[in-house]
Amino acid sequence: MLSPSAGPAPRDPAALPRLALTILALALLWPGLSLSELNLAVLLDGDNAATMGSFVAGFWPPAHAGEFLALLGRATLETLAIATAGMALAWLIAAPCALLATRVLSISAVARGGRPLWWANALRWPVRLLLIVLRSIPEIVWALLFVRAVGLGPTAGVLAIAITYGGMLGKVYAEICESVDPRPARALLAAGSPRLAAFAYGVLPNAAGEMLSYTVYRWECAIRASVVMGFVGAGGLGQQIDLSMRMFAGGEVASMLLTFFALVLLADQLSRLLRNRLT
Amino acid sequence: MSIRLTGVGMTHANGRHALQDVELTVSRGERLAIIGPSGAGKTTLLRLLATSLQPSEGRLELLGTEPWQLSSGARKRLRARLGLIHQSPPLPPRQRVVTAVLAGRLGQWPLWKGLLNLLYPLDPAGARDALARLDIADKLFERCDQLSGGQLQRVGIARVLYQRPELILADEPVSAMDPVLASHTLGVLTAEAEARGVTLLASLHAVDLALNHFPRIVGVRDGRIAFDLPSHAVSAEALEALYANEQLAAPSPASPPPAPHVVAIPRC
Repeated sequence: MLSPSAGPAPRDPAALPRLALTILALALLWPGLSLSELNLAVLLDGDNAATMGSFVAGFWPPAHAGEFLALLGRATLETLAIATAGMALAWLIAAPCALLATRVLSISAVARGGRPLWWANALRWPVRLLLIVLRSIPEIVWALLFVRAVGLGPTAGVLAIAITYGGMLGKVYAEICESVDPRPARALLAAGSPRLAAFAYGVLPNAAGEMLSYTVYRWECAIRASVVMGFVGAGGLGQQIDLSMRMFAGGEVASMLLTFFALVLLADQLSRLLRNRLT
Repeated sequence: MSIRLTGVGMTHANGRHALQDVELTVSRGERLAIIGPSGAGKTTLLRLLATSLQPSEGRLELLGTEPWQLSSGARKRLRARLGLIHQSPPLPPRQRVVTAVLAGRLGQWPLWKGLLNLLYPLDPAGARDALARLDIADKLFERCDQLSGGQLQRVGIARVLYQRPELILADEPVSAMDPVLASHTLGVLTAEAEARGVTLLASLHAVDLALNHFPRIVGVRDGRIAFDLPSHAVSAEALEALYANEQLAAPSPASPPPAPHVVAIPRC
């Protein structure tokens, strides 16, 4: 009952745990800082600053000779192709794994207030484990591996992106599905609908926007990753940057970094456009 | 025999007894209303009957089978024959009404048909007819988040009409509608049940609606069945006892119906 209250003002019961968590976080972060030997003063040291300065000064003006631009265009297309093909393969891995891993499509959970039976959850574990294995090895390691296996060129990059990003997309898709309102899918399952149909009618309408935006963001990451992998010989812009850097052609590097900027901008706009269409 | 409950009890995970020792037999084609104060266990009872909850004790028989003894495949087929109308229909906000209604037959359609229907509505006329009976045929191609609470409830009812189940279960199906519309909508539901000879169970807050539309009334209080009577035999004392200690005064048939209970429907 509401009555005129007497006595001291009520204390927020959540205050103490919050304070304790903050202190705990700081206590954990501090050793991390000293362990990573982070020392920003090194950047301002006279010699180092001069070296960096001369390296960056070489960036201007960006290279824009016709022959180089043709090369740049080809490398950009190759990078886009690596990222897109890698993402398509990653999606083929991620979509079925996410459907198998997500708890939202559990039929046993329908009658148990959303908690699946223990053995049904146990069956989801191997899929989760597979996704963890796929994404726990960095794409650069996969790329090095595949460069040995299939030789220098874009194929290694595509496979490396497909495997690592398949693991990431699968995990995130499964979690997005679990984070949206589960009642539509549960109601459909309780009306005897097949799981895939319950997913398409009950989960997808709520989750599609977020899944799409994450996919486009990952595509953007794949573009960047394909560049890093280019350094180990997996083709695309990265290989060009590597070559230009070795030849101290700062202008060429600058042009390629500008291309990057344009690509990321493009991905960002694409994501916005698609999200606006969907919401 | 459509429904038979023998000594059914339901204890939630937190140890609360939602239902205790429920005995209920409903024959095919019967129409009955479940009334009782908030928190009495009406929704739990309907969810048990929809196999959305498994009873913790007792025997539950639906349409001649025991759902929890069946294999999961047979239970799935049984579920396609049960239609539950939710108080706040669980419809994704971005889904179009036509899709939401046609989803009623997902349990009967093969998977490919269900998925194809998502790309292009396969039976828009069927969905329109179901909606037209509830006077919202004009909303066919609108999105669920553009509808009011009462309109959404009618979309949920249209889905079950389209499903054509053998057992219609309705949990406060008209709680977000004004009295006239609520009466009309219940009339559509009872007419549907009568025309197809299927069983209809509805939980209702408004006692006068229950008395006017249903020949059999079951009163539920504190997880137990308080009375199970033909509607003409429900006395004012029985109602008073059912709602005792509630702020609701026991309504007499002449009094205006209680204000429609407005539900906050999240996300849709």
